[in-house]
Amino acid sequence: MSNEAAFVRQELVPERAAPIKTTGFVGFLRTRLFNSPTNTVLTVLSALLIWFTVVPTVRFLLIDAVWHGADRNTCLAKNAGHPVGACWPYVSAKFTQFIYGFYPGAERWRVNLTFLLAALLLLPLLIPRLPAKGLNACLFFIAFPVVAFFLLHGGGMIALAVSGAIVSILLFLLGGGTRTGWLALGASLAWFVGIGIVIGSMGDAGRLPIVDTRLWGGLLVTLVVSVTGIVASMPIGIALALGRRSTIPLIRIFSIAFIEFWRGVPLITVLFFATYMLPLFVPANFTIDGLMRALIGIAVFAGAYNAEVIRGGMLAIPRGQSEAASALGLSWWKTTGLIMMPQALRHVIPGLVNSFISLFKDTSLVSIVALFDLLGTVRASFADPAWATPTMLFTGFAFAGIIYFSFCFGMSRYSLFVERRLNAHRRS
Amino acid sequence: MSTDTRPPPPQFAAKLRRALGGQAGWRGFALQVLFAAALAWIGYEIVANARANLQSQRIASGFGFLSNTAGFDVSQTLISYSGSDTYTRVFLVGLLNTLLVSLIGIFLATVIGFIVALGRLSPNWLLSRISGAYVELIRNLPVLFQILFWYLAVLSALPNPRQSISLFNGFFLNSRGLFVPKPIASSGLDAFALAVLAAIVSALLLRRYARWRLFNSGKAITIWPYIIGLLVGLPLLTGLVFGKPFTLEFPQLKGFNFAGGASVIPEFVALTVALSLYTAAFIAEIVRAGIQSVHKGQMEAGASLGLSRGSTLRLIVVPQALRVILPPLTSQYLNLTKNSSLAVAIGYPDLVSVFAGTTLSQTGQAVEIIAITMGVYLLLSLVTSAIMNFYGWRISRRMGT
Repeated sequence: MSNEAAFVRQELVPERAAPIKTTGFVGFLRTRLFNSPTNTVLTVLSALLIWFTVVPTVRFLLIDAVWHGADRNTCLAKNAGHPVGACWPYVSAKFTQFIYGFYPGAERWRVNLTFLLAALLLLPLLIPRLPAKGLNACLFFIAFPVVAFFLLHGGGMIALAVSGAIVSILLFLLGGGTRTGWLALGASLAWFVGIGIVIGSMGDAGRLPIVDTRLWGGLLVTLVVSVTGIVASMPIGIALALGRRSTIPLIRIFSIAFIEFWRGVPLITVLFFATYMLPLFVPANFTIDGLMRALIGIAVFAGAYNAEVIRGGMLAIPRGQSEAASALGLSWWKTTGLIMMPQALRHVIPGLVNSFISLFKDTSLVSIVALFDLLGTVRASFADPAWATPTMLFTGFAFAGIIYFSFCFGMSRYSLFVERRLNAHRRS
Repeated sequence: MSTDTRPPPPQFAAKLRRALGGQAGWRGFALQVLFAAALAWIGYEIVANARANLQSQRIASGFGFLSNTAGFDVSQTLISYSGSDTYTRVFLVGLLNTLLVSLIGIFLATVIGFIVALGRLSPNWLLSRISGAYVELIRNLPVLFQILFWYLAVLSALPNPRQSISLFNGFFLNSRGLFVPKPIASSGLDAFALAVLAAIVSALLLRRYARWRLFNSGKAITIWPYIIGLLVGLPLLTGLVFGKPFTLEFPQLKGFNFAGGASVIPEFVALTVALSLYTAAFIAEIVRAGIQSVHKGQMEAGASLGLSRGSTLRLIVVPQALRVILPPLTSQYLNLTKNSSLAVAIGYPDLVSVFAGTTLSQTGQAVEIIAITMGVYLLLSLVTSAIMNFYGWRISRRMGT
């Protein structure tokens, strides 16, 4: 045996080329944008699309925009000296109209106060970490609408005191009566006394002057309609959802027919129904305010949609829960109120937020039945010759679009956040 | 010794109780009686009030107005209509316009929605981001806002008829709408129609034959060149033999507007564009969720069989995703149909606009007109969901579940 047969490498192996980088910016470009001929074509087309949409939009909104000026002349290309984009002075001139409509200038603090109160009540409700959700929700859904009505519409102290007492007793009973209801009673009374003091000090002779709803407009109407819609549609939705699951035939059939009817017709016909038909159905000496009619229509419409969302949540609760409640000897009302509803409502928060988003978008329809919401006032302002420029329409739509988008986008992100929180145990 | 099973006791009282009051028994029965009484009382009040109010306002009631002369014109009619026709005719015109805009909108929304969904799922980073931005932007703006935007801002920014944007000197786009050449039938039309029909039938037969062959012998035939040849060649050949099937009447600029040709009114364009873009964003999300609900292994199995990404999607993933996609897709179609009623905001003559709008303000018969309008939409909803339920049932049967 000789050693010659054995193979011994005499020289170094030549270096292989480094593998293609798949990390870092270049790697990202290579794997996600230019990894095949088709993808390269798609990337180039997408880049062109961005170039032809995003760049003109940014130019219009920021670079070519006119920011200061007193009238339409500053927004004309021949005076500005460059192609003119958005005419922001038009928005700032019309700003109060877009927000308050024709609400009298001296009374606008009431609107601002209402917005502030809503934000103060809503924010703690939305942040999951903060305590006292039940009390907070009761105040927002029951006490706040009453207070908001007095602030926005106006009225005397006596009416406020009476409704305050009724609401406080209701909250006391909801909070658990003599056992645990004292906190709710105290909070509600403090809340109404506080508002009473504000009205007493700011109004003349202890009452706020009445502001007719025909003067309301802009974002105020949009928010009033959507918040009233969601607040009023919740009890309707819960009642219909329970009715649809009821074992009593007539109630079940009525609930199904009611839900399917309102879900099957477009909102605009519902608004037409509320505007033209509803006044015929009530006694002649009893007139319903124009805004009120739209609110009734929207509440019933949204209630039918909410009913399906809530029913979905109730279906998701295992049978064992209600069986356990029966085994403990709880009545139907107690089973529903203490066992089913708290779990079901917690399950459907994302769904309810989504239905609130579509309700918020749908409030723009009230402009068709002669109410001036945000979109309606923006559209009405297009008729003003003092600001008529070629870019006025686009500026108005950009302003309204930004407001609608920020509200809806914020809410949809919130709903995603809650959904992820609720499903935290399911994530791997 | 054998024992006969005893027949169960008749339990007449229990059965009666259950039939009358459900699980809640006699209490449920009492509740039902109360409920029925309350409903009857409310119904009576409504009817009595409505009758009194209508009488005091001197508004006629009943459906007699449907045979009265309408006396107004409608800007787009699919059936012949003039101002001297009746309100029934107005109703039909409006209904057809609603159906037209809904059908075209549903078609466009489905196509755009599928494209955007596939773009969102694409491995291309830029494309998926653009599709995502489109969905977020469109979904978070009210549909009325979008309709008004297209109608007031975009379409009115188009040039006037004299400076129309023209394509091939036959298509003109301007602020008055879209003007296209109108085909006018001439001698060779019958033969041409027959040829088109024959081409379609033979293309379908060819596809069947190719399938049959694939399943029996395992050999695939590429059939698309033949199909294109049939669909284009056969009609062309008949055209050469029998003469032109139709001549085109081109729109001509006369005075301030175009005359001749066919025109699409700007309201229709704005409504269709806005509705299909809006619904497409929702459809894209539904399709994406459906495709993602199919197990990843299916896609990988398709790839390992050597199918391209397109073929895997078309043959393996989408058929399975359809089961998840269909129910929400149906409700989007219904939403589009219902949203088409927003035409009233821009004056497109749909059902709500001409019937619940103009006719209502002319006759004042709110009860009858709004009831008819709501009934029509309700019927459309029920029919659409019935059709889609049937289709879903067929798909689930074919998938063997």
